[in-house]
Amino acid sequence: MTAYIIQRVFQAVAVMIVVAFVSFLLFNFVGDPVDNMVGQEASFEDREAMRDSLGLNDPFVVQFGRFLSNAVQGEFGISYRLQRPVATLVSERMPATLELVGASAILSILLGIPLGVYTGIKRYAVSSRVILTLSLVGVSLPTFVIGILLIYVFSVILGVLPSFGRGEATQIGWWSTSFLTVSGWKAIIMPSVTLALFQMTLILRLVRSEMLEVMRTDYIKFARARGLSNRMVNFGHAFKNTLVPVITIIGLNVGSLIAFSIITETVFQWPGMGFLFIQAVGFADIPVMAAYLILVAVIFVTINLIVDILYFVVDPRLRVDRTVSAGGQE
Amino acid sequence: MSKNPLGVVQPLSLLNRILDSDIFYSFSRSPVTVLSAIVTAVFFIAAAFAPWVAPHNPFDPATLELMDAFTPPAWEADGSTKFLLGTDDQGRDVFSTIIFGSRVSLIVGFSAVMFSAVLGVGLGLLAGYIGGWLETMVMRMADVQLTIPAILVALMIDGVARILVPVHLRDVMAIYVLILAIGISDWPRYARVTRGAALVERNKEYVSAARVIGVHPIKIMLGHVLPNVMGPVLVLATIGLALAIITEATLSFLGVGVPPTQPSLGTLIRVGNNFLFSGEYWITLFPSLALVILVLAVNLLGDWLRDALNPKLR
Amino acid sequence: MALLEVKNLRVEFPTRRGTLLAIDDVSFDIDEGEVLGVVGESGAGKSLTGASIIGLLEPPGRIAAGQIRLEGKRIDHLPYEEMRRIRGKKIGAIFQDPLTSLNPLYTIGRQLVETIGVHTELDDAAARKRAVELLSEVGIPAAERRIDSYPHEFSGGMRQRVVIALALCANPLLIIADEPTTALDVSIQAQIITLLKKLCREHKTAVMLITHDMGVIAETADRVAVMYAGRIAEIGPVRDVIKAPRHPYTEGLMGAIPMVGHDVERLTQIEGAMPRLTEIPAGCSFNPRCPKVFDRCRKERPELIQVGSTSHAACWQFAKEASGA
Repeated sequence: MTAYIIQRVFQAVAVMIVVAFVSFLLFNFVGDPVDNMVGQEASFEDREAMRDSLGLNDPFVVQFGRFLSNAVQGEFGISYRLQRPVATLVSERMPATLELVGASAILSILLGIPLGVYTGIKRYAVSSRVILTLSLVGVSLPTFVIGILLIYVFSVILGVLPSFGRGEATQIGWWSTSFLTVSGWKAIIMPSVTLALFQMTLILRLVRSEMLEVMRTDYIKFARARGLSNRMVNFGHAFKNTLVPVITIIGLNVGSLIAFSIITETVFQWPGMGFLFIQAVGFADIPVMAAYLILVAVIFVTINLIVDILYFVVDPRLRVDRTVSAGGQE
Repeated sequence: MSKNPLGVVQPLSLLNRILDSDIFYSFSRSPVTVLSAIVTAVFFIAAAFAPWVAPHNPFDPATLELMDAFTPPAWEADGSTKFLLGTDDQGRDVFSTIIFGSRVSLIVGFSAVMFSAVLGVGLGLLAGYIGGWLETMVMRMADVQLTIPAILVALMIDGVARILVPVHLRDVMAIYVLILAIGISDWPRYARVTRGAALVERNKEYVSAARVIGVHPIKIMLGHVLPNVMGPVLVLATIGLALAIITEATLSFLGVGVPPTQPSLGTLIRVGNNFLFSGEYWITLFPSLALVILVLAVNLLGDWLRDALNPKLR
Repeated sequence: MALLEVKNLRVEFPTRRGTLLAIDDVSFDIDEGEVLGVVGESGAGKSLTGASIIGLLEPPGRIAAGQIRLEGKRIDHLPYEEMRRIRGKKIGAIFQDPLTSLNPLYTIGRQLVETIGVHTELDDAAARKRAVELLSEVGIPAAERRIDSYPHEFSGGMRQRVVIALALCANPLLIIADEPTTALDVSIQAQIITLLKKLCREHKTAVMLITHDMGVIAETADRVAVMYAGRIAEIGPVRDVIKAPRHPYTEGLMGAIPMVGHDVERLTQIEGAMPRLTEIPAGCSFNPRCPKVFDRCRKERPELIQVGSTSHAACWQFAKEASGA
């Protein structure tokens, strides 16, 4: 068991180093950091002095090492655009993104999985077909269109919900939350629904297709042949077997949420990491881009690790020690 | 089937065979699919022949008059039939901008899908057939990339490429950069499927026989694996087209997609968004509708194609 | 009254090309404790017959006509819940692949206990004891320990023993065994067949043994039905059908099997192939390939005609010998 985990952690670290490397390349060699910091009129000597002081003339490996140690401490330099430390910007924006992603994750999972299971079990029912059709429309609606539509209906026409911003946020230590104020709740409804909708339909369709696959297996047929009740067959056997791929789906979902939060934050001008990132891309604000890359990689790698460990818990086939092969000679 | 006097069975003409096939049957029996196909075809044709189909040329400054700006759609009080769906802030006919915008969206979408497919199928064939460390490496890359949402990959590549391109070339290169970014973001699915098919074929006896005879591996791959993989690849490509269109629209909406000189549907929506609150809803609403209808139609086609080609469901 | 009576069973599959007839007017009986072998090529309809009897015919397939009676009562169109009560308790089933028949995520103990729980009044502890007994009965060594193992921790032969244990949990009257040994190694096949025979004799369980392997039938069955293209070609006691096959198809089958003590120049090979369901010939479905074909065969479809005192064959050759229909 431990071997499995160690192997996974090892892979995770390896991926992180690769990402850090790419980020490092980006950070140090794309565009000229010196150009961005010094004005156009600076003399050659001034530039060289700047390069030296920034350590840009040091050997490659040294620079990478410095980058890594800085990154681990959360030190990413100064944003070109906002002229403030990247680390500060990130810590200001992260709670907003995390709360948005969290709310959407709960919404999409709570709705997507049960609906997926239902349409998988009751395959030919009319309600299943309706849900399926709606889900197809859902998959065809780009996130930003959903956002715009919601804004149009609820902000422009009805005027009941705010179309931008986070409402009033309460600062608790390092974290700032918008869940403690009414305006905060009002502000988070549309963005989280927007973000959740696309994900929910994806989850629904994936869970359904897994369910259908499982329902076709021999062990379900055998379970029925043994006279087990529908409840035992559907929930005892089918559902548990669907759980394994569903865990992957949820893992992917969180990753997807983070990616799509960029769009949602832009539409609703939600002061989160995603919005910051888009502005950085438009401006070629490399320190922010590099930092975002690493941050996202950390989140993804961690999620994948958790998913792998969960697999282990759910599927006994993975627990077999590699040195003893399954099914010996009997 | 018909029999000639010698009793040998001859297939009827190709057209008859297509009309008689299982696939066409399932196609013609599903009104939704037929509708989707028609809608998609309409979009393609309109986009291809945009200059002739669109009532106005919205990008020729000479034809624009600021006086026409903010005209509402034809059915409203202040509207006119000259501008069916109204005009935007520059006096451009929204209907025409939609047609030209669809053109850009479709061109980028198609090119990106072609790129993905060629890259993915190529890598998949190599990985499946040659095996060894090449296979492991390609599949590992694919696996890792699959855990990252395509939009993020496209965004990253797009962002980095923009920085690398010198400023004066940015507008010109933007479309190519975009196609590259979206194309790279989707290759893993094709590679997975192709490699799977290549593995299956590789183990078959006729391949061993061909190798013994000395047939070149490339011929084997192209001649045998490729035809087997065409069906699933087609399904992936159709659904991939919908995905590519959405991705491009999203990137353009975010401001990092196509340049302003060649607006796509995404750009139109972005621009129109600014006027939502002041009541000129049509500038963003109609391009949005067009986008959704196009993507929905392509998705429905892809769905049908997948069910039609799935041997397990027959 | 026989334990199981199948009369004029007709199973159809509506498709876009029209309705496919998969099983066409099949009738047979199975007595208590009897082993009926059902043999035939792939696609002849053997598995579908088994599925129809136990009520697990997959839609769009449906029983279009005919009756199936268990202990005299009709079971062919029972509502799902009533049929479910019969499954496992009165009629059990074993399928071909033991690996996919068992849920990989549950221990075999869990799967046994839940099945026992459904069909008996035993509580969990008692059910567990019974499960261990069953496992020992089917020959799993150290059953006390193995009961908490997962399916993938067993070899193929052991898994099939577990499957048999599961099917026999509630002491059903009839077991439908659909190719129970086909997925196993040849050496294990013999063991499983012996086990099946022994258990069924001990528990007086009837068996419908579906297979394409005549050797297994010879070993195990009391009577055998030979199916061809959805119909029964011949049915009779195993000794008779094997030693003296009447239907030309059965003759062909027997001739194709190498047997010790029979020196032949060439094994018989039946020309052609079994027709697809969409292209069943008129008259006797075997007529295009039959070496003894004559005119009537092409026009009229033969019913099962009594031949000798114990067998029936669907062949016009025997029409003259028929002593009353």
